[in-house]
Formats: sequence, structure tokens, C-alpha cells
Amino acid sequence: MAELIAQYPLLAALVALVGLGAPFGALLGFAAVRFRTEGNPIVDQINAVLPQTQCGQCGYPGCRPYAEAIANGEAINKCPPGGEAGIQALADLLDVEAPPLDAEHGEEKVKSVAFIREDECIGCTKCIQACPVDAILGAAKQMHTVIVSECTGCDLCVEPCPVDCIDMIPLAEGLQAWHWRLPEPASRNLDIIATDSEPTERAA
Amino acid sequence: MRRVYGFHGGIHPAENKHQSLRSPIRDAGIPPQLTLPLSQHIGAPSRPLVQVGERVLKGQMIAEASGYVSVPLHAPSSGTIAAIEDRPIPHPSGLSAPCIVIDCDGRDEWIEHSGVADFRDCEATELLELIRSAGIAGMGGAGFPAAVKLAGKPGASIRTLIINGTECEPYITADDILMQERATEILEGIAILRHLLRPEDVLLGVEDNKPAAIAALEAAAAGTGVEVVTFPTKYPSGGEKQLIEILTGKQVPSGGLPADIGIVCQNVGTAVAVSDAILRGRPLLSRITTVTGEAVAEPQNFEVLLGTPMQYLLDLAGFRPERCERLVMGGPMMGFTLAGTQVPVVKTSNCLLAPGVTELPAPPPAQSCIRCGLCAEACPASLLPQQLFWFAQGKEFEKLEQHNLFDCIECGACSWVCPSHIPLVQYYRASKAEILLLRRDHERAEQARLRFEARQARIAREEEEREAKRAARKQAAEKRAQLAAAEGGEDPIQAAIERAKAKKAAQQANGDTASPAPAVAPLDALRQKLAKSEQRLAQGREAGEDAKIINALEATVTRLQGKLAEAEADAASATEAETR
Repeated sequence: MAELIAQYPLLAALVALVGLGAPFGALLGFAAVRFRTEGNPIVDQINAVLPQTQCGQCGYPGCRPYAEAIANGEAINKCPPGGEAGIQALADLLDVEAPPLDAEHGEEKVKSVAFIREDECIGCTKCIQACPVDAILGAAKQMHTVIVSECTGCDLCVEPCPVDCIDMIPLAEGLQAWHWRLPEPASRNLDIIATDSEPTERAA
Repeated sequence: MRRVYGFHGGIHPAENKHQSLRSPIRDAGIPPQLTLPLSQHIGAPSRPLVQVGERVLKGQMIAEASGYVSVPLHAPSSGTIAAIEDRPIPHPSGLSAPCIVIDCDGRDEWIEHSGVADFRDCEATELLELIRSAGIAGMGGAGFPAAVKLAGKPGASIRTLIINGTECEPYITADDILMQERATEILEGIAILRHLLRPEDVLLGVEDNKPAAIAALEAAAAGTGVEVVTFPTKYPSGGEKQLIEILTGKQVPSGGLPADIGIVCQNVGTAVAVSDAILRGRPLLSRITTVTGEAVAEPQNFEVLLGTPMQYLLDLAGFRPERCERLVMGGPMMGFTLAGTQVPVVKTSNCLLAPGVTELPAPPPAQSCIRCGLCAEACPASLLPQQLFWFAQGKEFEKLEQHNLFDCIECGACSWVCPSHIPLVQYYRASKAEILLLRRDHERAEQARLRFEARQARIAREEEEREAKRAARKQAAEKRAQLAAAEGGEDPIQAAIERAKAKKAAQQANGDTASPAPAVAPLDALRQKLAKSEQRLAQGREAGEDAKIINALEATVTRLQGKLAEAEADAASATEAETR
């Protein structure tokens, strides 16, 4: 054996490498099949960050298709409901620079919900077919209404309504929605030194 | 003598309690109007049961609980409902909220009420229901529905009942004076709570700066098995978790409840409210409120009806508005500035502080954090306030949660010791709210995603079903064709096509002769119709029917006659053309 290796060092090295490579390759191949992940995990992560409004303002039919597009290299600034915070979260996730929101796809608006003026509704069911989350209740020739808790505020139902009886109403800032705000940064570092707070006089 | 433990941190602000302790509890009387917010507690707002203009009696339920974590509301005095509308309420936002407004008639007429004969005969669920329907929310300050707390978690047994008479916040003496004057009622309440929870021991914790209250409680508690425990004064030893640590040495786990370690904590005010409700059938209608501060001439404690305007109370105490810069509900540490003096006293209003200009000045402008670490030393929850402050500024919510922001009790000790006067608590409150908001948004997004996916799946399924049906029909047709081919040797589809072809050819062949045949049929039909109508008309005339009906029948007959004439002319011309 030793003689053989001494005589054909090249052959011996080749045999050794192939001998190592083949079982490990087989092992890896088996693992790839056995522990295969279903779908693309990054798409799920991106989809979890997107606001799930399903409004289609990005140009894709829903949030998941846009998440798939982002995973394939689409720009991350096409989601107005997510806003700057959403872009920042996507940028953190994908480790890229956060670009400003693309104005072409709309601007960040106050959160609102659809409201059907019920006495004007003719019961055409067009809004029901347009709603991506089945948040509109009704039947043909019956009055329709919006389930507020399910409405994502995508305003896809406004366009198809033939009698224009759907309004987008901003969510009220009531007592339930009120919360403490961070202290104003302007209150810091001012008025401590009298001359600091009057820059015009100092300049003169 | 029970061993008392300590807790981390804490501060010793000036107590300023003696001012309001010089006189006994004074009854504030009945104001002309009472404003009762529907949300005076933690949980869902209650639902009104009365209409505007309705007369209500003292103790009548005017709003019911709307959920498990909710309490009902009762009329504190007799009168008529003046309005159910949005009014300013005591809340840090200064916003308005739905309130029931009662115009009092001053007669203070009670609704029929009675206590239970002996609470020892009552089941626990019965007592809980009585406590719940009496509208009792925690009187300490947070206003958590007492019945929910007492019901506890199923399966968790309560070993220790702690009654909180600490009242650690400066200026407030409402609990102190209650313990001095109504120690027997407190003990009655404790006896009911004991019967309800069946704990092994009952501890009544009082800070050692209230000697009169301790003496009164010890006298009343002698021989009852209730142990009055005194411990050194330190702020915030009245916090639920801090008091538990002082009395038992146990810490409530982060994110957990005292019930998790077999402890329930109730305020002395709540104990009195429970005894009133069970023994005397009297729901929660009034509370003890301290009115104090340099801007009132006679600082003292009032027994005040819920819904009484703050202005009324201030006038009783000799309010000097020129001396007062702001009005605070609660103490100087955890209280908040009120938007106006018209807001009402609610179930959680333990103190109304009208400080003089120099007494409680607005904090100086905040400066930069110098990382001195005093806040970490003062924090009673053993948190790292300066770290939390940095994360709150940077909105690093994940790190805030990792640093246990939600264990912060917002006691204000860190802000008090901060040499840079940073309003730390406000940062924490804002961050907590922001995190809760984000969590809610995330939940909603998740729900929307599920609904969207369910809809997509449904649409795909419906499409599939339609496709399957179509395929099935096609298959069936093919099968029939095969069957027919096998039996009769003729393909039915082919046969149908051929039949259609033959028909067409036949039509083309005798296109002229085919047309008059159908023309005769409508002629006959018309004649029959006319005959029928004429008959009906004759019958109508004989029977002497209404002129309108006769007219209509005549019109029908003439119309049919016209039509018949037209059709006959057509038929005649057609036969003419044919013969030619």
C-alpha cells in the first residue's frame, strides 16, 4: 500500500480526495432533499413587515406578491401605507439604505376606514368583490356595510361603487386612541443661558 | 413582630401630609349638578341605562358594566338626568368623554336597599357578584375593578391577603384619615375579603409616619387575626409590588400578577367600599378626597359624592385661584395636571392638589443625561432608567422591551432624583403607548393577512370547482356519445349535426311554402281570443259590472278586432303572392 502511494503520489491524492468528496457530497445532497425549506423564508419575513393593507398601490396585487418582488430585487419604497417607518423596517431587515417613499405610488395618509352611506347603497355587490379582506357585508339588492374592525383602509372599494356612496373616514383620535407623547425635544437645552434663547440680539 | 423587608431604591420626598390632617373628614354635601364619566376605571366604559329627563334615586344603577373588566355606575344622589353627553373628564389628555349629568334635587332620596344578613352564609360567587354590581373599582389610584381582582385566576389559591394602607405619596392623606376614623369599617371589609379568599394570613401594611392610624387600626384589629405591620416611610412603598416585597420578601415575577405568587392586594378604601356594599347594600357613591396645597385656605379631607365638580370642592376648602398656577389630581409624583376646575371627582380621585406658585414649580428645562446613575439607584423596580431613556429617544422598542420597560410602575422616582431634570417618566409612558400601538397594528396586519389569504384560497377553490364541473360535463357528453355509438352504431353528436343540416336544406328547398303555414295559426288564435273577449264583455254587461271594467273590456275587443283585420289582410296578401 505504502509502496503504491510512494510510486503514484498523484493517483493516491486523487483517490483520497474523491473518496472524501463522494460520501460528503452524497450527505449534502441527502440533507438538501431531507431538510428542504418550503417556500422562500425571506418572503415571509418581508411579508410580516408589510402592513397587509392589500391596497395594491405598489403595483402588485397584494402584500405577498410585493414581498416576493422585493425578495427578487424590487425597490422597497413603494408602500405608502407602511410609510417611512415601514421602509426603515424593510431596510433594516434587508440591510440596505432606506430610500424616501416613492411619491409615484402615493403618499402616507392618516389611517382611515371605509364607510358606506347605507341609504344610498343600491346593493350592487361591486365593493364586496373589490374588498381584498372580505370586510364588506351584504348581498345583491341588499344594503351593504363595512365591518370596521376588519377594514384595512385600502380604499379599493371606493372606485367600483357606481353611486359613490363610500367614504374613507379617518380614525378618530378619541380618548381610547390618546396616548402620551415623547417630550418635545425643543424643551431641552433652551432658556438655560439667557443669551442662547435670543440669537438675533446676540448677532446684533 | 413580623420581619419587614426592604425593596431596591426609593426616595424620601418632603411629606407635606400634616396640612390636611388638622381637621376630621368633612361631608362635602350635595352639589347642584353631578357629572359622572362612564369610564372611571380600567377596562371597558359602562353602558347607560337611563334616559335624559328620567328621575333617578340615590343608589340607583344608571349604567351597567359592559364586559368582564368593567363596573357599573350608580346615581350618587337623587335628581333628574340632565344630559348624557361628552364632558371634560379628569384625564391627562384633557379630552372629553361621555358622561351622565344629574341635576340634584337635594332630597337625597334612597332607592330601596339592604345589606346581606350574614355574609358568612353567602357563597363566594354571590359576594363577588354583589361587589361587582356595587361598582367598586380599586380606590388606590389605578381603578382596577375589585371583583375581577378578587375572582383571581382559576386554580390559583391565595395564601396572603394584603391590605394597602401605605399611602406613600406626599400630600395625600385620604387613606390616613380613613384609617383613623373608620378602622372598624375597614376591619369589617377585611373580614368579608377573608371569607371570600380564605387566605392563611392577612397583613395590613401602614407606613410608620401615620401613628394615629396605626393606633386606631391596632385597637380595631385586636383579636381578629389581622396583623397590622408598620415599616419605615419610603416612596414608593405603596406600590403593589413594592408593598408585597416589604411584607413578604417575595418579588412578583416580571410580567406577572401578585396572584401568581398567591397574594392579593387591596386598598383600605376598597375594603370600606366592600363592607358598605355587602353589609349595608350601599354601592360606591362617594369617596374620601384630600384637598390640599398652598392655594387652599383650609386643606382637609372631604367625603365627596362621585361626580362633584372640582370647583365646588375647591370653594369649600377656600380656594385662592390667584395663588394657584395649576391643579393636580393625585399627588405630586404620579398625579397629572387637570385641564380645568369643572372636571368631576371620579372613583380614583384620591387627592386634589392646588399647589402655590413656589410650592410645586414647573420643572426647569431638561439638560443632557450625564450618566450619573442616580436614577438606577432610585428605581424601585430595579430597572436601568438611563438606558431606557436612551432607547426611548432612539425609538428602539425591541431593546426597551428587553430592558423590561413594562415593569416600570411610573412612580417618578427617577425623574425626582435626576440632576438634569429630564422628564424620564414621560419618555417611558410614551414608549409604552407606542409599543402597545405597534403590537395592536401588528395584530391587525396579521388578521388582515389571514383574511386576504383565506379569500385568495376561496377564489382559487371556486375557480377549481367550476373547472371541475365543466370537465365533468364534457366527460359525461363524451361517455354518452361512446355509449350511443356502441349501441346504435351512430354517434349522437354527428346525428344531431346531420339533423340540423337536413333541416336547413329542407328549409332552403321549400322556403316559399313554409311561410304561410305558421301565418294561419296566429289568425285562428286571434279569432279565438276575440270571441273570448266578446263573450266576457257580454257577460260583464249582463252582470252590470263597474263602468271601468266594461270600458276596459270594450277597448280590448276593439284592439283585438283591429289586430285581426291586420292579420287577415297580411294573410290575404301572402296567399295572393303565393297564387301568383
